[in-house]
Amino acid sequence: MSEPSASAGIDLHAQQVRKFHLQDKLFHHTTQVFAFVVLASLVGILVSLTIEAWPSLKEFGPAFFWTNVWSVPDDEYGALAAIYGTVVTSIIALLIAVPVSFGIALFLTETCPVWLRRPLGTAIELLAGIPSIVYGIWGLFIFAPLFAEYIQPSLQNWFGDVPIIGSWFSGPPIGVGILTAGIVLSLMVIPFIASVMRDVFETVPDVLRESAYAVGCTTWEVVRNIVLPYTRVGVIGGIMLGLGRALGETMAVTFVIGNANRINPGLFSPGTSIASTLANEFGEADPGLHIASLFTLGLVLFVLTFIVLAISRWLISRSMGSEGL
Amino acid sequence: MMNLYSRRLLINRIGIGLSMLAMSFGLVALMWILWTLFSKGFAALSWDLFTQDTPAPGSEGGGLRNAIVGSGLILLFSMLISTPIGILAGIYLAEYGRISKFASFTRFMTDIMLSAPSIVIGLFVYALFVATMGGFSGWAGSLALALIAIPVVVRTTENMLKLVPTSLREAAFAVGAPRWQVSLKVTLRAVKSGVVTGVLLAMARITGETAPLLFTALNNQFFSTDMGEPMGNLPVVIFQFALSPYDNWINLAWGGALLIALLVLAVNIGVRVVFRNKDKR
Repeated sequence: MSEPSASAGIDLHAQQVRKFHLQDKLFHHTTQVFAFVVLASLVGILVSLTIEAWPSLKEFGPAFFWTNVWSVPDDEYGALAAIYGTVVTSIIALLIAVPVSFGIALFLTETCPVWLRRPLGTAIELLAGIPSIVYGIWGLFIFAPLFAEYIQPSLQNWFGDVPIIGSWFSGPPIGVGILTAGIVLSLMVIPFIASVMRDVFETVPDVLRESAYAVGCTTWEVVRNIVLPYTRVGVIGGIMLGLGRALGETMAVTFVIGNANRINPGLFSPGTSIASTLANEFGEADPGLHIASLFTLGLVLFVLTFIVLAISRWLISRSMGSEGL
Repeated sequence: MMNLYSRRLLINRIGIGLSMLAMSFGLVALMWILWTLFSKGFAALSWDLFTQDTPAPGSEGGGLRNAIVGSGLILLFSMLISTPIGILAGIYLAEYGRISKFASFTRFMTDIMLSAPSIVIGLFVYALFVATMGGFSGWAGSLALALIAIPVVVRTTENMLKLVPTSLREAAFAVGAPRWQVSLKVTLRAVKSGVVTGVLLAMARITGETAPLLFTALNNQFFSTDMGEPMGNLPVVIFQFALSPYDNWINLAWGGALLIALLVLAVNIGVRVVFRNKDKR
C-alpha cells in the first residue's frame, strides 16, 4: 500500500520542482527583457538620430562640424557656433564649479561639525533638485540685470585694457550672454561634482588620515598630500560628470545665453549652444535640411556627452570600488 | 621672515577659510534662488491660477488650469510606463546581475542614461513617435518623460535590493521557495519603502523637465484631457510665458515655477526625513 503512494508523492514533488523551475526561467527572462528595454532605448536613440541626421550629413559632409554658418533662408548649416558656445559655457562652468565644489566637499568631510554635516549636505543636494527652468527664469530676471548693472562694467574697467584677457570682457554689458550662461551652469553642476567629491573623500581610510595628523600635518596638508592623491581618480570622475551635465543642459542656458547663432570673441556677447539651438528652432523647423541639421546637432551632443559620461562613470566606479549611484 | 610653522598654519587657515567661503557660496545661491522664487511665486498665487485657463495674448488675468491638469496627466502616464519597467529591470540587475556580463553592461549604460541630455530624448521620441504617428500628443510627452524616469527607478530599485541581507534570501531558499517567489515576495517586499522612494524621486526628477516636452507634448492653450492631442503642461507654459512681453504672462510663469519647485522640494525633503527616521530606529 505504502509503495505506490510514496512514489506518487515523489512524482508530485518532482512535478512541483519542474513547475518552479519553469516559473523561474520565465521570471529570469521576463526581467531580462525589461533590462534589455533600457539598453535598446539607448541604441535606439543613436540609430534614430543618425537616420534623421543623414540628409544633412550627406549634404555638408564632415565640414558641417567646423563651418560657421547657420542660415535658414539660404538653407546652409554648420555647427561651429553651437559647438563653440556649448564648449565655452561648459568650460566657464567648470572653472567656477570645480574649486567651489572642492571647497564644499573639503568642508563637509574635514572641518564641518558632525551635527551640521547632514543638513548642509542636504542643502547642497537640493540645489540639484531645483528644476532647470527655475534656474533659467532666475538667471534671466534676477541675475542678468544685476550682472549687467554692477559686475560687467567693473570687469570691463579692471581688465578692459589688459591684452588678451581684455578681449574676453568686450561686448555689450547687457546681462545675457556666454559668460552669464556659464555662471548659471556652474551653479547647476556644483551639487553633482561636490557630492561625488564628498563620497570619494569619505573612502579614504581613517588610518591614513590619522597617521598624517599624528605626525603633525595641518588639515590643509592632510587634504593636499593624503586625501587628494588617494582620491585623484574619483575626483576627476566627478568633474567629468559635471562636464557631462553642463554640456547637455538646455533650459537654463536657453534663457540666458542670448541666442545669437554666431561666434563673438567677447564673453559678454550673446551666443548659442547645441541644446539651446534645438530648443529654439526645432519646433518650427522646416522639413528637409533644416530639421536634419538640427538632428545632426542632437547627435553630436549625444555622442559628446555619452563619451564624457562613460569616462566619468568608469573613473568613479574604479575609485569607489563598486558602482554607486 | 616667518618661520616654517607659522607659515604652514597660515596656509591652513587660508585653505579652510576658502572652503568655508565655497560652502557659503553654495548656500547663498540656494537661498537666493528659493527666496526669489517664493517672493515672486507667492505673489502670483491666487484661485484664478487653478480655475482659469492660460490667457490669450494681450488679454488680462488667466490661470494655469489646463497646464496643471495636462502636466498631471502626462506625469501619471509616464510613471505608469516607467515604474513596472524600472522595477523589473532593477530586479534583474540585483538578482542576476552579479555574474552576467550583460547585466553589468546594462548597469553601466543605465548610469549614463541618468545624466544624458534630456533634449536628446525629446528628439528621439519626436523621430520615433511624433513624426511617424501623426503629430504632437500627450502620449509622446509621457513616453519622453518615462524614458528619463526609467534609469532612476532601475538604479534605486537595484541599490535597495542589494541592501537585503543574504541570510534573508537564504532562509527563503532553504524552505524551498523558487527564485521568483524569493525575489517578489521576500526581498522586494523587504525594501518596499525604498522602491517607492525611488519612484517618487523619479517623479520629482521629471516634473520640471521642459526640454523633452517641447517637441513631443508641445502645448495647448485650451483645456484638454485628450492624450492623443497636443497638451498644455506647466514647464512649456513657463518657458513660453517667461519669454513673453506680457506682464500677466510673466507673472503666471513665476506662479507655475513655484508650483513645480514646491512639489519637487517636498518630495526631496520628505524622502530624506523619512529615511533618516528609519536609520535611527
